[in-house]
Amino acid sequence: MSISDLEHAVDPNLGAADHPPQKSSGWVVFFCFMIGLVGSLIVGWFLFPQWLYSEKHQPIDFNHSIHMDNVSDGCNSCHFFREDGTFSGIPDLSACTDCHQDVIGSDPEEEKFVTEYVAQDKEVQWLSYFRQPDCVFFSHAAHVTGAGMSCESCHGDIGYSTHSKVYQENIISGYSRDIWGYSISRFGKPGEHDGKPMKMNDCAKCHLEETGSKGACFQCHK
Amino acid sequence: MKESATHETARRYGMVIDLDKCTGCGACMVSCYAENNVPFKKDESNKLDSINWIRVVKMTNQKPYPDTQICYLPMPCMQCDGVGKHGHSPCVSVCPAVATDYDFTTGIVSQIYTRCFGCRYCMAACPYHARKFNWWDPVWPADMEKYLSPNVSPRMRGVVEKCSFCFHRYQLARDKAYQEERAELEENEYQPACVEACPVKAMTFGDLNNPAHAVYELKNHKHAFRLLERLETNPKVYYISSKEWVRRNGDNYLPDEAPGRLKSKAKARH
Repeated sequence: MSISDLEHAVDPNLGAADHPPQKSSGWVVFFCFMIGLVGSLIVGWFLFPQWLYSEKHQPIDFNHSIHMDNVSDGCNSCHFFREDGTFSGIPDLSACTDCHQDVIGSDPEEEKFVTEYVAQDKEVQWLSYFRQPDCVFFSHAAHVTGAGMSCESCHGDIGYSTHSKVYQENIISGYSRDIWGYSISRFGKPGEHDGKPMKMNDCAKCHLEETGSKGACFQCHK
Repeated sequence: MKESATHETARRYGMVIDLDKCTGCGACMVSCYAENNVPFKKDESNKLDSINWIRVVKMTNQKPYPDTQICYLPMPCMQCDGVGKHGHSPCVSVCPAVATDYDFTTGIVSQIYTRCFGCRYCMAACPYHARKFNWWDPVWPADMEKYLSPNVSPRMRGVVEKCSFCFHRYQLARDKAYQEERAELEENEYQPACVEACPVKAMTFGDLNNPAHAVYELKNHKHAFRLLERLETNPKVYYISSKEWVRRNGDNYLPDEAPGRLKSKAKARH
Protein backbone atom coordinates (compact mmCIF):
# COMPACT_ATOMS: atom_id res chain seq x y z
CA MET A 1 0.00 0.00 0.00
CA SER A 2 1.59 3.25 -1.12
CA ILE A 3 1.39 6.67 0.58
CA SER A 4 -0.97 8.10 -2.07
CA ASP A 5 -3.34 5.21 -1.48
CA LEU A 6 -3.30 6.09 2.19
CA GLU A 7 -4.16 9.73 1.40
CA HIS A 8 -7.10 8.59 -0.70
CA ALA A 9 -8.24 6.43 2.13
CA VAL A 10 -8.16 9.40 4.56
CA ASP A 11 -9.56 12.05 2.20
CA PRO A 12 -11.85 10.80 -0.54
CA ASN A 13 -11.95 14.32 -2.09
CA LEU A 14 -8.27 14.13 -3.06
CA GLY A 15 -8.11 12.88 -6.60
CA ALA A 16 -7.50 13.71 -10.21
CA ALA A 17 -9.13 17.16 -9.78
CA ASP A 18 -5.92 18.46 -8.04
CA HIS A 19 -3.74 18.32 -11.07
CA PRO A 20 -5.00 21.06 -13.47
CA PRO A 21 -4.42 24.10 -11.09
CA GLN A 22 -0.80 22.99 -10.44
CA LYS A 23 0.14 23.99 -13.99
CA SER A 24 -0.38 27.72 -13.26
CA SER A 25 0.86 27.70 -9.64
CA GLY A 26 4.41 28.63 -10.75
CA TRP A 27 3.12 31.98 -11.99
CA VAL A 28 1.12 32.52 -8.85
CA VAL A 29 4.21 31.94 -6.71
CA PHE A 30 6.27 34.26 -8.91
CA PHE A 31 3.58 36.94 -8.82
CA CYS A 32 3.29 36.77 -5.03
CA PHE A 33 7.07 36.87 -4.71
CA MET A 34 7.27 40.00 -6.86
CA ILE A 35 4.52 41.71 -4.86
CA GLY A 36 6.46 40.87 -1.70
CA LEU A 37 9.77 42.03 -3.18
CA VAL A 38 8.45 45.33 -4.49
CA GLY A 39 6.56 45.89 -1.25
CA SER A 40 9.69 45.26 0.82
CA LEU A 41 11.72 47.57 -1.38
CA ILE A 42 9.18 50.35 -1.03
CA VAL A 43 9.14 49.91 2.74
CA GLY A 44 12.93 49.57 3.00
CA TRP A 45 14.03 52.30 0.65
CA PHE A 46 11.28 54.89 0.91
CA LEU A 47 9.08 54.44 3.97
CA PHE A 48 11.62 53.25 6.55
CA PRO A 49 14.03 56.17 6.00
CA GLN A 50 11.09 58.49 6.60
CA TRP A 51 10.15 56.71 9.80
CA LEU A 52 13.78 56.58 10.89
CA TYR A 53 14.27 60.32 10.95
CA SER A 54 12.32 62.83 12.97
CA GLU A 55 12.32 66.35 11.62
CA LYS A 56 13.27 69.27 13.79
CA HIS A 57 13.51 72.96 13.06
CA GLN A 58 16.20 75.31 14.30
CA PRO A 59 14.97 77.57 17.10
CA ILE A 60 15.76 80.54 14.84
CA ASP A 61 15.68 80.38 11.05
CA PHE A 62 19.24 81.60 10.50
CA ASN A 63 20.20 83.45 7.32
CA HIS A 64 23.88 82.71 6.65
CA SER A 65 23.94 84.70 3.42
CA ILE A 66 23.02 88.05 4.95
CA HIS A 67 25.68 87.60 7.64
CA MET A 68 28.37 86.71 5.10
CA ASP A 69 27.71 90.06 3.42
CA ASN A 70 28.25 91.94 6.67
CA VAL A 71 31.28 90.25 8.25
CA SER A 72 34.89 90.92 7.35
CA ASP A 73 36.53 87.51 7.72
CA GLY A 74 34.11 85.06 6.14
CA CYS A 75 33.34 81.90 8.13
CA ASN A 76 36.15 82.69 10.61
CA SER A 77 34.25 85.73 11.87
CA CYS A 78 31.94 83.52 13.90
CA HIS A 79 33.39 79.99 13.61
CA PHE A 80 36.94 80.58 14.76
CA PHE A 81 39.90 78.71 16.20
CA ARG A 82 40.80 79.28 19.81
CA GLU A 83 44.42 79.96 20.72
CA ASP A 84 44.96 76.37 21.83
CA GLY A 85 43.97 75.09 18.39
CA THR A 86 40.50 73.85 19.32
CA PHE A 87 37.60 74.90 17.13
CA SER A 88 34.79 76.98 18.56
CA GLY A 89 32.05 75.52 16.35
CA ILE A 90 28.68 77.19 16.75
CA PRO A 91 29.13 80.61 18.39
CA ASP A 92 27.45 81.41 21.67
CA LEU A 93 25.13 84.31 22.38
CA SER A 94 27.90 86.78 23.20
CA ALA A 95 29.15 86.61 19.61
CA CYS A 96 25.71 87.71 18.37
CA THR A 97 25.05 90.46 20.86
CA ASP A 98 27.89 92.59 19.52
CA CYS A 99 25.48 93.59 16.74
CA HIS A 100 22.08 92.31 17.86
CA GLN A 101 21.61 94.27 21.10
CA ASP A 102 18.46 95.67 19.52
CA VAL A 103 16.49 94.73 16.45
CA ILE A 104 18.45 96.13 13.52
CA GLY A 105 16.58 94.60 10.56
CA SER A 106 13.05 93.89 9.53
CA ASP A 107 13.16 90.09 9.64
CA PRO A 108 10.62 88.63 12.10
CA GLU A 109 13.12 85.86 12.95
CA GLU A 110 15.61 88.46 14.13
CA GLU A 111 12.96 90.13 16.26
CA LYS A 112 12.17 86.74 17.77
CA PHE A 113 15.86 86.20 18.44
CA VAL A 114 16.30 89.56 20.17
CA THR A 115 13.16 89.37 22.31
CA GLU A 116 13.35 85.68 23.25
CA TYR A 117 17.08 85.19 23.59
CA VAL A 118 19.11 88.43 23.73
CA ALA A 119 16.72 90.30 26.01
CA GLN A 120 16.47 87.29 28.34
CA ASP A 121 20.19 86.49 28.09
CA LYS A 122 19.37 82.91 27.05
CA GLU A 123 21.59 80.75 24.84
CA VAL A 124 20.04 79.48 21.61
CA GLN A 125 19.91 75.69 21.49
CA TRP A 126 21.13 75.37 17.91
CA LEU A 127 20.94 71.96 16.29
CA SER A 128 24.32 70.91 14.88
CA TYR A 129 23.99 69.28 11.47
CA PHE A 130 27.49 67.86 11.49
CA ARG A 131 27.94 66.61 15.06
CA GLN A 132 29.88 63.37 14.88
CA PRO A 133 29.25 60.41 17.21
CA ASP A 134 30.98 60.32 20.57
CA CYS A 135 33.68 57.89 19.45
CA VAL A 136 35.00 60.23 16.75
CA PHE A 137 37.86 62.67 17.14
CA PHE A 138 37.91 65.32 14.44
CA SER A 139 40.55 68.01 14.30
CA HIS A 140 39.52 71.14 12.44
CA ALA A 141 43.07 72.43 12.96
CA ALA A 142 44.62 69.47 11.09
CA HIS A 143 42.33 69.96 8.10
CA VAL A 144 41.97 73.73 7.87
CA THR A 145 45.26 74.99 9.30
CA GLY A 146 47.40 71.95 8.60
CA ALA A 147 46.13 70.77 5.20
CA GLY A 148 44.83 74.15 4.06
CA MET A 149 41.34 72.92 3.22
CA SER A 150 38.49 75.35 2.83
CA CYS A 151 35.31 75.13 4.90
CA GLU A 152 33.27 74.55 1.72
CA SER A 153 35.13 71.38 0.81
CA CYS A 154 33.23 69.51 3.54
CA HIS A 155 30.37 71.78 4.58
CA GLY A 156 29.29 72.90 1.10
CA ASP A 157 28.23 76.47 0.52
CA ILE A 158 26.07 76.59 3.62
CA GLY A 159 27.42 80.14 4.01
CA TYR A 160 25.19 81.27 1.15
CA SER A 161 21.99 79.67 2.39
CA THR A 162 19.19 82.04 3.29
CA HIS A 163 17.22 79.65 5.49
CA SER A 164 18.17 76.95 7.98
CA LYS A 165 17.22 73.62 6.55
CA VAL A 166 15.23 71.03 8.44
CA TYR A 167 17.32 69.07 10.92
CA GLN A 168 16.73 65.34 10.51
CA GLU A 169 17.52 63.30 13.59
CA ASN A 170 17.93 59.54 13.52
CA ILE A 171 15.41 58.37 16.12
CA ILE A 172 17.51 55.35 17.05
CA SER A 173 21.02 56.79 17.26
CA GLY A 174 20.17 60.47 17.72
CA TYR A 175 22.70 61.49 15.05
CA SER A 176 22.06 64.02 12.34
CA ARG A 177 21.17 62.71 8.90
CA ASP A 178 23.68 65.07 7.32
CA ILE A 179 26.49 62.77 8.43
CA TRP A 180 25.01 60.17 6.07
CA GLY A 181 24.94 62.62 3.23
CA TYR A 182 21.99 63.53 1.08
CA SER A 183 20.24 60.17 0.77
CA ILE A 184 20.37 56.97 2.75
CA SER A 185 20.87 54.94 -0.45
CA ARG A 186 23.52 57.38 -1.66
CA PHE A 187 21.50 58.02 -4.83
CA GLY A 188 20.40 61.43 -5.96
CA LYS A 189 22.05 64.79 -5.78
CA PRO A 190 22.90 66.86 -2.73
CA GLY A 191 20.64 69.72 -1.79
CA GLU A 192 21.60 73.23 -2.77
CA HIS A 193 23.55 74.03 0.38
CA ASP A 194 24.31 70.52 1.65
CA GLY A 195 27.75 69.45 2.71
CA LYS A 196 29.52 66.28 1.76
CA PRO A 197 28.69 62.98 3.49
CA MET A 198 30.81 62.46 6.60
CA LYS A 199 30.71 58.79 7.39
CA MET A 200 33.85 56.85 8.22
CA ASN A 201 34.22 55.54 4.67
CA ASP A 202 34.05 59.08 3.33
CA CYS A 203 36.85 60.18 5.67
CA ALA A 204 38.91 57.10 4.81
CA LYS A 205 38.42 57.60 1.07
CA CYS A 206 39.71 61.16 1.18
CA HIS A 207 42.59 60.25 3.50
CA LEU A 208 43.63 57.48 1.13
CA GLU A 209 43.60 59.86 -1.83
CA GLU A 210 45.35 62.74 -0.10
CA THR A 211 47.80 61.06 2.27
CA GLY A 212 48.19 57.62 0.71
CA SER A 213 46.92 55.88 3.83
CA LYS A 214 43.63 55.57 5.65
CA GLY A 215 45.58 56.31 8.82
CA ALA A 216 45.72 54.51 12.13
CA CYS A 217 42.54 54.01 14.15
CA PHE A 218 43.47 56.55 16.81
CA GLN A 219 43.87 59.26 14.21
CA CYS A 220 40.09 59.71 14.10
CA HIS A 221 38.81 57.66 17.03
CA LYS A 222 38.90 58.34 20.72
CA MET B 1 52.02 44.01 9.78
CA LYS B 2 52.00 44.71 6.09
CA GLU B 3 52.47 48.44 6.50
CA SER B 4 55.70 48.11 8.44
CA ALA B 5 57.95 48.08 5.41
CA THR B 6 56.70 51.41 4.11
CA HIS B 7 56.32 53.20 7.42
CA GLU B 8 59.17 54.96 9.08
CA THR B 9 58.44 55.23 12.80
CA ALA B 10 58.52 58.94 13.32
CA ARG B 11 57.97 58.91 17.05
CA ARG B 12 58.04 56.17 19.65
CA TYR B 13 56.40 57.42 22.78
CA GLY B 14 57.44 55.58 25.86
CA MET B 15 57.77 55.79 29.60
CA VAL B 16 60.52 55.26 32.11
CA ILE B 17 59.42 54.58 35.69
CA ASP B 18 61.96 54.87 38.49
CA LEU B 19 60.88 52.24 41.02
CA ASP B 20 63.33 53.59 43.59
CA LYS B 21 61.24 56.75 43.70
CA CYS B 22 57.76 55.21 43.54
CA THR B 23 56.05 55.21 46.94
CA GLY B 24 52.99 53.27 45.77
CA CYS B 25 50.66 56.16 46.64
CA GLY B 26 48.33 55.40 43.73
CA ALA B 27 48.01 59.00 42.52
CA CYS B 28 48.67 57.75 38.98
CA MET B 29 45.70 55.40 39.21
CA VAL B 30 43.38 58.06 40.58
CA SER B 31 44.33 60.59 37.92
CA CYS B 32 43.88 57.96 35.23
CA TYR B 33 40.36 57.12 36.43
CA ALA B 34 39.43 60.79 36.27
CA GLU B 35 41.17 61.53 32.98
CA ASN B 36 39.94 58.58 30.96
CA ASN B 37 36.39 58.17 32.27
CA VAL B 38 37.23 54.80 33.76
CA PRO B 39 34.28 53.57 35.84
CA PHE B 40 35.15 52.52 39.36
CA LYS B 41 33.33 49.86 41.32
CA LYS B 42 32.02 49.72 44.84
CA ASP B 43 34.40 46.88 45.60
CA GLU B 44 37.65 47.51 43.80
CA SER B 45 39.21 44.51 45.53
CA ASN B 46 37.17 42.30 43.18
CA LYS B 47 39.86 42.07 40.52
CA LEU B 48 37.67 40.14 38.09
CA ASP B 49 35.26 43.04 37.87
CA SER B 50 37.42 46.11 38.44
CA ILE B 51 38.79 48.13 35.55
CA ASN B 52 41.96 50.18 35.59
CA TRP B 53 44.25 51.41 32.86
CA ILE B 54 47.22 51.64 35.18
CA ARG B 55 47.56 49.64 38.35
CA VAL B 56 50.18 49.65 41.06
CA VAL B 57 51.37 46.17 41.93
CA LYS B 58 53.07 45.41 45.22
CA MET B 59 56.11 43.14 45.18
CA THR B 60 58.19 41.85 48.07
CA ASN B 61 61.49 40.05 48.11
CA GLN B 62 59.72 37.31 50.14
CA LYS B 63 62.27 37.38 52.90
CA PRO B 64 61.32 37.32 56.57
CA TYR B 65 61.63 40.37 58.81
CA PRO B 66 63.97 42.27 59.14
CA ASP B 67 65.17 41.64 55.59
CA THR B 68 61.76 42.27 53.98
CA GLN B 69 61.79 44.76 51.17
CA ILE B 70 58.80 46.12 49.26
CA CYS B 71 58.63 47.60 45.80
CA TYR B 72 55.62 49.10 44.02
CA LEU B 73 55.30 48.60 40.30
CA PRO B 74 52.96 50.91 38.33
CA MET B 75 51.79 49.04 35.24
CA PRO B 76 50.14 50.89 32.36
CA CYS B 77 49.74 49.33 28.91
CA MET B 78 53.27 48.53 27.75
CA GLN B 79 52.48 49.65 24.15
CA CYS B 80 54.51 46.75 22.76
CA ASP B 81 56.38 47.22 19.51
CA GLY B 82 56.65 43.50 18.95
CA VAL B 83 59.54 41.62 17.44
CA GLY B 84 61.72 43.87 15.34
CA LYS B 85 59.64 46.91 16.31
CA HIS B 86 57.22 46.18 13.47
CA GLY B 87 54.09 46.86 15.43
CA HIS B 88 53.44 43.15 15.86
CA SER B 89 52.09 43.58 19.38
CA PRO B 90 50.62 40.45 20.98
CA CYS B 91 47.14 41.97 21.16
CA VAL B 92 47.11 43.56 17.70
CA SER B 93 48.06 40.37 15.95
CA VAL B 94 45.22 38.34 17.46
CA CYS B 95 42.33 40.80 17.18
CA PRO B 96 39.86 39.37 14.64
CA ALA B 97 37.99 42.67 14.32
CA VAL B 98 40.93 45.05 13.79
CA ALA B 99 39.64 46.87 16.84
CA THR B 100 43.18 47.50 17.98
CA ASP B 101 46.07 48.63 15.81
CA TYR B 102 49.58 49.96 16.06
CA ASP B 103 50.04 53.60 15.12
CA PHE B 104 53.33 53.88 13.27
CA THR B 105 53.54 57.64 13.77
CA THR B 106 53.51 57.45 17.57
CA GLY B 107 54.07 53.79 18.41
CA ILE B 108 50.88 53.74 20.45
CA VAL B 109 48.53 50.76 20.38
CA SER B 110 44.94 51.86 19.97
CA GLN B 111 41.69 50.33 21.16
CA ILE B 112 38.50 51.21 19.29
CA TYR B 113 35.52 50.45 21.53
CA THR B 114 32.88 50.72 18.81
CA ARG B 115 34.76 48.18 16.73
CA CYS B 116 35.47 45.69 19.53
CA PHE B 117 32.95 42.89 19.97
CA GLY B 118 34.39 41.53 23.16
CA CYS B 119 35.94 38.20 22.21
CA ARG B 120 38.83 38.95 24.63
CA TYR B 121 41.49 37.27 22.52
CA CYS B 122 43.64 40.34 23.14
CA MET B 123 43.29 39.89 26.89
CA ALA B 124 44.45 36.31 26.57
CA ALA B 125 47.34 37.40 24.37
CA CYS B 126 48.53 40.27 26.55
CA PRO B 127 51.23 39.00 28.92
CA TYR B 128 50.89 42.09 31.13
CA HIS B 129 47.16 41.95 31.92
CA ALA B 130 46.92 45.50 30.65
CA ARG B 131 43.52 44.97 29.07
CA LYS B 132 40.25 44.94 30.95
CA PHE B 133 36.80 43.77 29.96
CA ASN B 134 33.57 45.65 30.63
CA TRP B 135 31.30 43.06 32.18
CA TRP B 136 28.75 45.78 32.88
CA ASP B 137 27.76 49.15 31.50
CA PRO B 138 29.68 51.86 33.33
CA VAL B 139 27.86 53.47 36.24
CA TRP B 140 29.01 56.60 38.00
CA PRO B 141 27.59 58.07 41.19
CA ALA B 142 24.80 60.63 40.73
CA ASP B 143 25.85 63.79 38.86
CA MET B 144 29.35 62.48 38.26
CA GLU B 145 28.55 61.89 34.60
CA LYS B 146 28.59 65.65 34.19
CA TYR B 147 32.26 65.64 35.10
CA LEU B 148 33.31 63.09 32.48
CA SER B 149 35.92 64.20 30.01
CA PRO B 150 34.48 64.89 26.55
CA ASN B 151 37.84 63.98 25.02
CA VAL B 152 37.56 60.29 25.88
CA SER B 153 34.51 58.29 24.84
CA PRO B 154 33.06 56.15 27.63
CA ARG B 155 32.96 52.43 27.00
CA MET B 156 29.92 50.22 26.89
CA ARG B 157 29.25 46.73 28.23
CA GLY B 158 30.94 43.95 26.30
CA VAL B 159 34.10 45.67 25.05
CA VAL B 160 37.74 45.64 26.06
CA GLU B 161 39.55 48.79 27.11
CA LYS B 162 43.12 49.70 27.97
CA CYS B 163 45.59 52.52 28.51
CA SER B 164 46.11 54.74 25.48
CA PHE B 165 49.00 56.82 26.88
CA CYS B 166 46.31 59.55 27.01
CA PHE B 167 46.25 59.76 23.23
CA HIS B 168 43.64 62.55 23.36
CA ARG B 169 46.28 64.72 25.00
CA TYR B 170 48.53 64.04 22.03
CA GLN B 171 45.72 65.07 19.68
CA LEU B 172 45.09 68.28 21.59
CA ALA B 173 48.81 69.08 21.64
CA ARG B 174 48.90 68.52 17.89
CA ASP B 175 45.96 70.87 17.41
CA LYS B 176 47.87 73.58 19.26
CA ALA B 177 50.97 72.88 17.19
CA TYR B 178 48.93 73.21 13.98
CA GLN B 179 47.58 76.52 15.18
CA GLU B 180 51.10 77.76 15.90
CA GLU B 181 52.32 76.25 12.62
CA ARG B 182 54.80 73.88 14.23
CA ALA B 183 55.50 70.35 13.07
CA GLU B 184 57.08 69.02 16.27
CA LEU B 185 55.72 68.84 19.80
CA GLU B 186 57.65 69.98 22.82
CA GLU B 187 58.36 67.30 25.39
CA ASN B 188 56.16 68.92 28.03
CA GLU B 189 53.22 69.48 25.66
CA TYR B 190 52.23 65.84 25.62
CA GLN B 191 52.38 64.06 28.98
CA PRO B 192 49.88 61.43 30.15
CA ALA B 193 47.78 62.16 33.22
CA CYS B 194 49.57 59.60 35.40
CA VAL B 195 52.98 61.10 34.69
CA GLU B 196 51.72 64.57 35.54
CA ALA B 197 50.07 63.34 38.73
CA CYS B 198 53.08 61.49 40.15
CA PRO B 199 54.08 63.51 43.24
CA VAL B 200 57.63 62.17 43.37
CA LYS B 201 58.28 62.43 39.62
CA ALA B 202 59.01 58.72 39.37
CA MET B 203 57.55 58.59 35.86
CA THR B 204 59.15 60.17 32.80
CA PHE B 205 57.44 60.27 29.45
CA GLY B 206 58.57 61.25 25.98
CA ASP B 207 59.74 60.17 22.55
CA LEU B 208 62.20 57.28 22.86
CA ASN B 209 63.63 58.18 19.44
CA ASN B 210 64.24 61.83 20.25
CA PRO B 211 67.63 62.58 21.89
CA ALA B 212 66.23 65.84 23.27
CA HIS B 213 63.74 63.96 25.45
CA ALA B 214 64.72 62.72 28.91
CA VAL B 215 63.54 59.16 28.26
CA TYR B 216 66.09 58.79 25.46
CA GLU B 217 68.92 58.68 28.00
CA LEU B 218 66.96 57.10 30.85
CA LYS B 219 66.04 53.99 28.90
CA ASN B 220 69.75 53.19 28.60
CA HIS B 221 70.31 53.51 32.35
CA LYS B 222 72.40 50.65 33.64
CA HIS B 223 69.58 49.53 35.94
CA ALA B 224 66.85 49.88 33.32
CA PHE B 225 64.78 46.81 32.48
CA ARG B 226 61.47 45.89 30.94
CA LEU B 227 58.92 43.27 31.95
CA LEU B 228 59.12 39.82 30.37
CA GLU B 229 61.82 40.81 27.91
CA ARG B 230 62.32 37.17 27.02
CA LEU B 231 58.98 37.24 25.16
CA GLU B 232 60.37 39.93 22.85
CA THR B 233 57.15 41.91 23.04
CA ASN B 234 59.43 44.95 23.01
CA PRO B 235 57.50 47.11 25.50
CA LYS B 236 57.92 50.87 25.51
CA VAL B 237 57.60 51.08 29.29
CA TYR B 238 60.97 50.85 31.00
CA TYR B 239 61.63 50.48 34.71
CA ILE B 240 64.68 51.49 36.71
CA SER B 241 65.55 49.88 40.00
CA SER B 242 68.81 49.75 41.89
CA LYS B 243 67.69 46.52 43.60
CA GLU B 244 68.63 43.33 41.89
CA TRP B 245 65.70 41.31 43.25
CA VAL B 246 63.33 43.83 41.65
CA ARG B 247 65.01 43.53 38.28
CA ARG B 248 64.96 39.76 38.67
CA ASN B 249 61.18 39.89 39.24
CA GLY B 250 60.78 41.45 35.80
CA ASP B 251 61.12 38.08 34.11
CA ASN B 252 61.35 34.38 34.90
CA TYR B 253 65.09 34.04 35.31
CA LEU B 254 66.83 30.86 36.26
CA PRO B 255 68.60 31.03 39.62
CA ASP B 256 72.02 31.23 37.96
CA GLU B 257 70.99 33.79 35.35
CA ALA B 258 71.77 37.46 35.81
CA PRO B 259 68.82 39.73 34.97
CA GLY B 260 70.85 41.77 32.49
CA ARG B 261 71.90 38.90 30.28
CA LEU B 262 68.64 38.25 28.46
CA LYS B 263 68.24 41.90 27.70
CA SER B 264 71.57 42.15 25.94
CA LYS B 265 70.78 38.98 24.04
CA ALA B 266 67.46 40.39 22.87
CA LYS B 267 69.14 43.62 21.86
CA ALA B 268 71.78 41.81 19.83
CA ARG B 269 69.07 40.08 17.80
CA HIS B 270 67.50 43.33 16.68
